[in-house]
Amino acid sequence: MSNTDIIIHDEKDNVGVVVIEKITPEQDCNCWIMENDKSVSIQSKDEIPLGHKIAMADLNEGDTILKYGHDIGKVVKKIKKGEHVHVHNVKTKKW
Amino acid sequence: MEIPKSFLGYKRENGRAGTRNHVIILPVDDISNACAEAVANNIKGTIALPHSYGRLQFGADLELHFRTMIGTGKNPNVAAVIVVGIEPKWTKRIVDAISTTGKPVEGFSIEGVGDIDTIAKVSKKAQEFSMWASEKQREECPMSDLWISVKCGESDTTSGLASNPTVGNLMDKLEPLGVHLCFGETSELTGAETVCEKRGKTPEAQAKFKKTWNDYNDFILKEATDDLSESQPTAGNIAGGLTTIEEKAFGNFQKIGGCQFIDVLEPAEEPTKGAGLYFMDTSSAAAECVTLQAAGGFNIHLFPTGQGNIIGNPIEPVIKLTANPLTAKTMSEHIDVDVSKILSREMNLSQAGDELIKSTLKVANGRLTCAEALGHKEFVMTKLYRSA
Repeated sequence: MSNTDIIIHDEKDNVGVVVIEKITPEQDCNCWIMENDKSVSIQSKDEIPLGHKIAMADLNEGDTILKYGHDIGKVVKKIKKGEHVHVHNVKTKKW
Repeated sequence: MEIPKSFLGYKRENGRAGTRNHVIILPVDDISNACAEAVANNIKGTIALPHSYGRLQFGADLELHFRTMIGTGKNPNVAAVIVVGIEPKWTKRIVDAISTTGKPVEGFSIEGVGDIDTIAKVSKKAQEFSMWASEKQREECPMSDLWISVKCGESDTTSGLASNPTVGNLMDKLEPLGVHLCFGETSELTGAETVCEKRGKTPEAQAKFKKTWNDYNDFILKEATDDLSESQPTAGNIAGGLTTIEEKAFGNFQKIGGCQFIDVLEPAEEPTKGAGLYFMDTSSAAAECVTLQAAGGFNIHLFPTGQGNIIGNPIEPVIKLTANPLTAKTMSEHIDVDVSKILSREMNLSQAGDELIKSTLKVANGRLTCAEALGHKEFVMTKLYRSA
């Protein structure tokens, strides 16, 4: 098995979590989808540290972020596939 | 792995079993802390549980104070109790309730006597209790004598990926053995509240959960000046990659595995519906939550962390696990179980769950947790509103 750089909880998710110390821009990453044990690959656009999220698809303002197959917030600034997803471009739908 | 059928615990007078054998000096109120701490300093084998409240509280807040005091004394990890308060009436109320367990308990009040003579009297009784408790031996107890509470802290995305699901795996494996289980953290289920509600085993349990969460949310909307985004997620959570409360909530929720909860408990309330999973209405602040769960009668605690929470409790051993490889390395003295190999896929969830069961049993049998060895004894009362 090749090394896993990114883990995705659910096939429906549009973000994955970096599980190595960091990924660097233009790195070809191996992603493992826990739910169905499938593998996919993605090229990163940003440096992303351990535990932080990467966009698995292009996302527009107002789109819903799915993780665990569930709604975890909304996109507030356009995100390209492979970019870092965090508080600078995603906000809670609560409060 | 074949799951062991028993552990070595201390059998108590009321049929429960403890994983520890503490003699506690319990102050009723803030101003009795000095006396309790002096006694614990005098008499080896005793611990004082100082805290900040217990004066001029009223209504539901006072009831919670009593429930926490009484529940702490009744916890089977406690062999014997001395209660010290400024006034005799509230002291006696706590002593009488603890005595229903059949364990040795005695109360003292300071008013009209002063600290020094009280310390002398309490020390004599504490010495007697400590030497009596030291004769207790561990005996074989069924797994169903384990009451396991869970709460995560300083979470990051590795918590939701691996350490929380490891706890969930343990729950799935131990629930059929008749273990009592408890999760809480009302605030940190925000975003996952409707999914969590559906995990109630009965319509009553679901309705009770819905009401508890709604009451909490109404309180937040009333009290919050802005929103909770400064506190939920915390700066530590955000550094670890968690972006929103919803993301944190779905990660948090992994701790209960596939279990359904049979009832919703008030803070510090003892479960009465038999073995299985309970939800307790608690704050998500670590020390407050674990203090309430210990007062509910839980005798061993599992605490997954991402960025490295260091909490302990004076009477309920707190076992910490992490899946964050950096935390496991940089804060190794706080981590009892390292499950970071789940992330590198060198370990699967079931293997991690088995490792956690083994570690839980070692601690139940007497092995010190990291938090115990490091002297963490956070005893923090939950206060509902200001005193009169």
